[in-house]
Amino acid sequence: MLKQALYGLAMASFVLTSCGGPAAESGKKATSGALSGSAAEKVYVAPGEYDEFYAFISGGFSGQLAVYGLPSGRLFRVIPVFSQDPEKGYGYNEETKPLLNTSHGFVPWGDAHHPDISQTAGKVDGRWVFINENNTPRIARVSLKTFETEEIIEIPNSAGNHSSSFVTENSEYVVAGTRFSVPVPQRDMPINEAKGNFKGSLSFLSIDQEDGDMDLAFQIRMPGFDYDLSHPGRGKSHGWFFFTTYNTEEAHTLLEVNASQNDKDFIAAVNWKYAEQLIAEGKFEEETTNYAENEWDHHTHMATTTMKKKVKVLDASKIPGLVYFLPTPKSPHGCDVSPDGEYIIGSGKLAAELTAHSFTKMLKAIEDKAFDGEQYGIPVLQYEAVNAGAVKNPGLGPLHTEFDGKGNAYTTFFISSEVVKWKLGTWEVVDRQPCYYSVGHLMIPGGNSREPFGKYLVAMNKITKDRYLSTGPEVCQSAQLYDITGEKMELLLDFPTIGEPHYAAGCPKDLIHDKTTKLFKLEENNHPYVTKSEREAKVVREGNDVHIYMTMIRSHFAPDNIEGVRVGDRVFFHITNLEQDYDVPHGFSMIGANTAELLIMPGRTETSMWYPKQVGVWPFYCTDFCSALHQEMQGYVRVSPKGASTPLTWTLDDDPLQ
Amino acid sequence: MKKSRILMIVGSLMLLSLFIYPLWNIQLEAPQYPIPLGMYIHINKITDEQPHDVKNINLMNHYVGMQEIPEHMLEFDLFPPIIIGMAILGVLIGFKGGYKWFLGWFILMSALGAAGMYDFYLWEYEYGHNLDPKAIMKFINPDGTQMGFQPPVFGSKVILNFVAHSYPATGAYTLLTGMLMTLIAFFIGKKELKKT
Repeated sequence: MLKQALYGLAMASFVLTSCGGPAAESGKKATSGALSGSAAEKVYVAPGEYDEFYAFISGGFSGQLAVYGLPSGRLFRVIPVFSQDPEKGYGYNEETKPLLNTSHGFVPWGDAHHPDISQTAGKVDGRWVFINENNTPRIARVSLKTFETEEIIEIPNSAGNHSSSFVTENSEYVVAGTRFSVPVPQRDMPINEAKGNFKGSLSFLSIDQEDGDMDLAFQIRMPGFDYDLSHPGRGKSHGWFFFTTYNTEEAHTLLEVNASQNDKDFIAAVNWKYAEQLIAEGKFEEETTNYAENEWDHHTHMATTTMKKKVKVLDASKIPGLVYFLPTPKSPHGCDVSPDGEYIIGSGKLAAELTAHSFTKMLKAIEDKAFDGEQYGIPVLQYEAVNAGAVKNPGLGPLHTEFDGKGNAYTTFFISSEVVKWKLGTWEVVDRQPCYYSVGHLMIPGGNSREPFGKYLVAMNKITKDRYLSTGPEVCQSAQLYDITGEKMELLLDFPTIGEPHYAAGCPKDLIHDKTTKLFKLEENNHPYVTKSEREAKVVREGNDVHIYMTMIRSHFAPDNIEGVRVGDRVFFHITNLEQDYDVPHGFSMIGANTAELLIMPGRTETSMWYPKQVGVWPFYCTDFCSALHQEMQGYVRVSPKGASTPLTWTLDDDPLQ
Repeated sequence: MKKSRILMIVGSLMLLSLFIYPLWNIQLEAPQYPIPLGMYIHINKITDEQPHDVKNINLMNHYVGMQEIPEHMLEFDLFPPIIIGMAILGVLIGFKGGYKWFLGWFILMSALGAAGMYDFYLWEYEYGHNLDPKAIMKFINPDGTQMGFQPPVFGSKVILNFVAHSYPATGAYTLLTGMLMTLIAFFIGKKELKKT
């Protein structure tokens, strides 16, 4: 009886929702209906259970990298990379400030674009994720053990580092490119003489396989086009790297018109194995430049900046065989390589079709010298000689393609606001699903590798309009999750994202989840100002500098009463978290300090700088609810007038600690 | 050599496993500790089950005014020579002694084991009841007496937000096996004597 009643109820709701009203007819509510029940089940991750995939989604103009779970779309963490993050003290404490140094000085903000996970033998391996900064050209490496930024390297002779930061199939290199061509080296010259005088640079950064350390191995000097996106060859095309170009017109003003005139721009095919050989043989020019290399040290728990002055350069115009141009219609954006390495897909933003070049045909064309002239000494291959096919009338404004590893490709269309599924080789469109709205990039976990995990597709939208509860003129950015296991794609979920989600990388949870760092071992902490026990806590005056060696453990600071600080001093709180337990960070904040809090993980030392300006007794406290006695985790610093003779003391429970 | 003597020798030598394996395991489980905090009690030391567990048990316990788990105790000095002595004695008896000596050794060892367990209980009582008068949190039993935090000698017990589990560890099982072997040696030895 009960069973029948339930069945009846289910049928009634089926009829109601599938007949729908106006809501079901407007595409916006297309997901409600008979399928909505199963869609909810597909994205539901029960309390205490884990998502199947990690998704690392760029924070765009937030400068950061956000970590989500799929299929739930839950946000776990925002990893600060190119922008200061007061919540974590990142870019504020003395240890992380050097990470944001550049040849222009300290830059507190960045525009994060294209995360990519390290690979081994063409498969994502979950060691590191790399991400590029567009504005002040940089590439960062984030550890997937600590989920912290470990290195940021500036790219010299470049501007607008957009065609970045994609890795080769054994993580030999991570690349950077120039979106805004500039004089190289920089000089004072008229802007309208840009054509022929501005240059582009394609940079190859080698990656140390042990510690991930990046080094600018070499740069390839290119004509002054705009280099938009890139992807590595894999399998048979391993050893090559492909970069899309636009503005081959070399316009310097009103680019929306002047850079949209040529029928075809290029995909630049770079033979990096050959470049590597030339470098090894010493056949390069060494140029003087200036760029910052910022690295985190696991032993001292702090970053340092090294200014580098030299770069090895290969001039593509002068070295035959290093670079070839593949003509590709209308300002191509995405430059994507199929899992088998055969097809190079160029998404001509303004083209009526999607272009697929063949790597095999490209090699043949090079061998046959099937050239169609040259540009600045770089051979242009004949379009017919390299083209494998095209997806005809696929949609409007193609941007980016990924693959499911089952012979299908998925391309985003910005203008027609949809994802289109099509078949590699036959170029026929199989399915199309709307996006809400104006999708930019998409991501299939492992999509930039030989072995994609073709289960989910994440579309990242540029516009949300009415999709969520309104939050004033600025509304959230968003991503959408599709199930791609069937012939038809099925929209499962909308979820908001931070900043602007330009691009993402994903991988199965097992590559990362069980291998993360839980805490830092106190005995391995070699910070120069570490305090490993309360008995070692002290305060040292060096002229006007006061160094406070402090510890924190549930639920007190040691020392928690400090006297003898004076107005005009510069006070350093060097605080060590003595905890050795998982998920027990402590925070630190000082009243009136002109900086952010510290948020210190177990076993780590961090430093906050404070300029006491007013006489008095000033409290500090723990900002992270650490324990039942968290509210009691506080202390005082007595600030005496300039020149006062108050003796320097530091105590806990009124006992001198030393 | 006779089976009974081999059993007696091997059984008493198994005492030495206590220098490798812990005797007892105490675990503390709580909502915040899905992986329980745990410590192993050896004859000569107390060690972490997971790294830093003893430090974290001390951290938890300081809220209710319990003393820190000592790095050194009188027992750590006493137990090792007793164990070595009993092992040597057992081997000597195995070679030279009659089967009645086997039983004698077993009874002595059982008495020592019982004394050890009683000592363990006394330490646990002291550990759970010797509380700092300035304790952050003080708990009173329904009858008005001060609540203690003594873990069970054997079994599981709810102590505030924790469930304490106290069970024998590998060393206790090897010790019992060894002792059982000496007891069997006694019975076999008795039979062997009858046959001859």
